[in-house]
Amino acid sequence: MMEKVLEVKDLHISFDVYGGEVQAVRGVSFDLYKGETLAIVGESGSGKSVTSKALMRLLPMPPARIKQGQILLEGRDLTKLSEKEMQRVRGAEISMIFQDPMTALNPTMTIGKQITEVLLKHQQMSKEEAKERAIELLDLVGIKEPALRFKQYPHQLSGGMRQRVVIAIALACNPKVLIADEPTTALDVTIQAQILELIKDIQKKTGTSIIFITHDLGVVANVADRVAVMYAGKIVEKGTVDEIFYNPKHPYTWGLLASMPSLEHGDEELYSIPGTPPDLLNPPKGDAFAPRNAYALKIDYEMEPPMFQVSDTHYAATWLLHPNAPKVEPPKVVRERMKKFVTLTNNKGGNKQ
Amino acid sequence: MSEKQKLVEVKNLKQYFKVGKGQVVKAVDDVTFDIYKGETLGLVGESGCGKSTTGRTIIGLYEATDGEVLFNGLSVHRKKSAKEAKELKRKMQMIFQDPYASLNPRMTVADIIAEGIDIHGLASSREERMNRVYELLETVGLNREHANRYPHEFSGGQRQRIGIARALAVEPEFIIADEPISALDVSIQAQVVNLMKKLQREKGLTYLFIAHDLSMVKYISDRIGVMYFGKMVELADAEELYRNPIHPYTKSLLSAIPHPDPETERTRKRIIYDPSQHNYKEGEDVRMREITPGHFVYCSEAEYEKYKAMYS
Repeated sequence: MMEKVLEVKDLHISFDVYGGEVQAVRGVSFDLYKGETLAIVGESGSGKSVTSKALMRLLPMPPARIKQGQILLEGRDLTKLSEKEMQRVRGAEISMIFQDPMTALNPTMTIGKQITEVLLKHQQMSKEEAKERAIELLDLVGIKEPALRFKQYPHQLSGGMRQRVVIAIALACNPKVLIADEPTTALDVTIQAQILELIKDIQKKTGTSIIFITHDLGVVANVADRVAVMYAGKIVEKGTVDEIFYNPKHPYTWGLLASMPSLEHGDEELYSIPGTPPDLLNPPKGDAFAPRNAYALKIDYEMEPPMFQVSDTHYAATWLLHPNAPKVEPPKVVRERMKKFVTLTNNKGGNKQ
Repeated sequence: MSEKQKLVEVKNLKQYFKVGKGQVVKAVDDVTFDIYKGETLGLVGESGCGKSTTGRTIIGLYEATDGEVLFNGLSVHRKKSAKEAKELKRKMQMIFQDPYASLNPRMTVADIIAEGIDIHGLASSREERMNRVYELLETVGLNREHANRYPHEFSGGQRQRIGIARALAVEPEFIIADEPISALDVSIQAQVVNLMKKLQREKGLTYLFIAHDLSMVKYISDRIGVMYFGKMVELADAEELYRNPIHPYTKSLLSAIPHPDPETERTRKRIIYDPSQHNYKEGEDVRMREITPGHFVYCSEAEYEKYKAMYS
């Protein structure tokens, strides 16, 4: 069994706003193993960014509030730390790559200063050592002429280069956990491909565990070992990347997979999930996805489904997995994916990954 | 679509921006293509390649530096009578990328949608105007109760629907959609794309669909043009472009898209484009040439011979 680096247990986060309490995260649990990449997928408002910010303790409190749950980084509960203690963890043991490299960097500081800042703060380095290490990091993230770039300002770099700098800062102290919050969403496809390759390459070299937050399923298929699908503040399905893409069990995952046209897609209408995500100020009774779910059962409107186990690694929260549930046919695109799963598992003799 | 009728003709369009110190950015540099009636032409490329500028110049938001755009044979940029100009603006409409920034927050949805109706005098009475607004709201999948609300009360997908209703209000023939779905969530993207396809079938609309999401572009487009640094480098039927990309830049772009398929992702090889590989000589005649019927590639005479030998 692989070593657990991070354990999130039954995390509930709410925002106290004028109209009441927005329950942004409603009971999220997951583990992160050493050296793996866990992708968290979901639409905006599903709570994926709130979860990741909570891990870094970056949520403004108030209005945010961790109602219950634990975030255990190698056994230490981050929710219990004081701000001062957290400052020693943040950036050193757990760090983050942000979505928009234009705003994540300080425009008035040189690249070098922004990298050495982290090193001087967390690792008792002299200025010279820090500079040396910073140039090494710039080289690691594939920036040419690192010594020259060290002295430059963010505006002198392109978007892709800036994102590399952000990654260098995040990696400066060899964090155990790296959270990448939509790190390629603001970039072009060709630059995105470069950054994804870089992140995977660095993971191979350093053995960091990565939580990769995105809404792009193509990116997930590229980087993830395991996937957690979030909807309305909950994880509705989690499993290995093959299980989620080729043997999805939750109707929401079906919808997500079917609503993206593949390049072989014909002219038939795209499958689309009707309606919009629920308002988490007043979460609906029962399964939050039920009103948009063509496969909803009567019980979905009454009771929230628990996590049903599909395999050792695969769980989904849908009543369809209950032994008494009727058999349903997933959308055509998903059925085709499932055929692939059968051949995949047969080829590998049921051995995943 | 046997008799293809040209609706929009873009001829040697150039759009240069002066950026000070005597420097010029050639955002669109000698681009020529046609858009046929009833089709969807997709325009793809990286940010800064000039695809949005092309769209904005076609609709007349920018004065063209050189070249011309003909809509139904009528020049968009040449001087016209006020009546002609107004009619032209009615027939060409635009849907913008950001559904948050493109709706006036201080106007009700009804006023936003009806603004064009008012300007063009398309409704003779207040009642007719409101009926038209209700009808449009229903066409785009909203309902009449939404008419008196303000944009902030809607989600991104709903706002984009309002933007579409606004464009449809003046009964246009041609709609330029500049990244209409990039700001939306995956599950909502499919809704908006399905809506745009349905409207095209029902109203015979012609679209110029500008985007960087290549799988969505392929799904919605009949033909696709690929742009790189202000030039169009390849233009072909959507299927053909994905099956037989010829220009090395197109190949590299296609190889960079991650597919929602872990199996193919594990083996996907990325092709890297190096513009210096063409090695064009000074003054060499590089332009769009037809390699196979309907498949155009930006190339030199020598490359043309090579491509032709390879692909036909």
